[in-house]
Amino acid sequence: MTSVLYDVPGPRARVRARITSWVTGLIVVGALAYAALTLGEKGMWDASRWMIFNDPLVWAALLRGLLVVVQSALVATVLALLLGMVFSLLRMSSHRIIRIPTTVVLEFFRGMPVLLMMLFILLAFPGISAFWAVVSALAVYNGAIIGEALRSGVVALPKGQREAGLAIGMRPLQTRLQIEFPQAFRNMLPIIVAQIVVLTKDTALGYIVGAVSLIREGELLGEFLGRQQYFFPIFLVMVAMYLALNLTISTVARQLAKRRGVKVASVVQDESLSALT
Amino acid sequence: MVIFDNLPLYFEAFLQTLSLLLLATLFALPLGVVIAAMRISPVGSLRATATVYTEILRNTPLVLVFIFCFVVLPILGVVLPFMFSAVLALTLYTAPFFAEAIRSGVNGVPVGQAEAARSVGMTFGQTVTLVVLPQAIRSVVPPLINVMIALTKNTSIAGGFFIFELFGSGRRLINANGDQVIAVLVGVAIFYLLITIPLGQLADALERRVAIKR
Repeated sequence: MTSVLYDVPGPRARVRARITSWVTGLIVVGALAYAALTLGEKGMWDASRWMIFNDPLVWAALLRGLLVVVQSALVATVLALLLGMVFSLLRMSSHRIIRIPTTVVLEFFRGMPVLLMMLFILLAFPGISAFWAVVSALAVYNGAIIGEALRSGVVALPKGQREAGLAIGMRPLQTRLQIEFPQAFRNMLPIIVAQIVVLTKDTALGYIVGAVSLIREGELLGEFLGRQQYFFPIFLVMVAMYLALNLTISTVARQLAKRRGVKVASVVQDESLSALT
Repeated sequence: MVIFDNLPLYFEAFLQTLSLLLLATLFALPLGVVIAAMRISPVGSLRATATVYTEILRNTPLVLVFIFCFVVLPILGVVLPFMFSAVLALTLYTAPFFAEAIRSGVNGVPVGQAEAARSVGMTFGQTVTLVVLPQAIRSVVPPLINVMIALTKNTSIAGGFFIFELFGSGRRLINANGDQVIAVLVGVAIFYLLITIPLGQLADALERRVAIKR
């Protein structure tokens, strides 16, 4: 790796860097090993604790939870993309009567926690299932964010795109949908994908409002088998499942972007930031 | 109106949310600086450690981090006060995002600045602390504020883990006023907006000022 922050290292600097690297590396590895050993002393790696994963019923429960995560993430993603398009259309409307209220509502959606929105939908619409409360809250919240991303993508396009569309007689809406959105979507793909990762992570919030999902299944397994004894391995497996899911989404998106020839580099900073909310 | 009847309760919860936000920022920001420094350093093992930490935390739901601090740690024999656990979870989760904000700010400093510093013979440490960071801080502040906005919203998860903050207060008020669910929750939302919207405007204003100076 080269960087403007330091010279291409000479022989002495290289030796020094290598020594520091080894020393700090050893410290890190040592700390990890110490943690693992401490866990071992408490018996966390004992085979007896991990035997539960020989039981297909345990896997069935965890995979059932994972399936719910995937389902809710998929449905919410599709809805969020559609809502995002609608939101950005309304937000860019040429009528002030539409534009200003939409701006206020979007600001409201983006400024409050998704968790609060889930609780709100769950309680304000009696009879809605926890699953749909989670999915619709995720769709609305992420739709608002994707809408803003799409809008800034459209704003960033050269003016000539829209003018050309109008000049050949397309209606304004047609121009938006057929000329501007496809380009904006493509340019904003990294941000949108980062938002989908966020959405997938946020399915976990369903646990707090009582929806059935991976974490709930894990907790039930813990209660059933003995939390003190078995929750630690179950927890590690749940973390691994979420990591695998999200890393897969990111990787697939990166491949997709590469094939489509999207310039990822220009927006990459934003991507790393937007994975938070 | 249920909101006005329960203003003291709302305020108590609002203060709790604020203190979660401030405490988590207080601890996560220095940690974020350390992680960012590790990620731009010439030492390979530091870079790798910081990258792995960032990737893991960024792809794990915050709820699982909370479960780690509130359920897994006690199983391992580490029992902490609830408030401490909540701040710990928020800190662990937010630090990598602070780090990413700082790192992108550092990368945003024109290359010539670092080159100039290098060419007058400054070391890596001098280049970073005397030339790059003072400039990076200006462009780093708006993204840092954006991370704080997200953190504000994330504190709501603590409400699901025995902490009485805004989200928790909403739940409690709903139990007492089952017929005024919408009013109660709109009240909670307004208190969140009281933090997030001013912060957002501050970030926008700063961004504009930095943009003019460049």
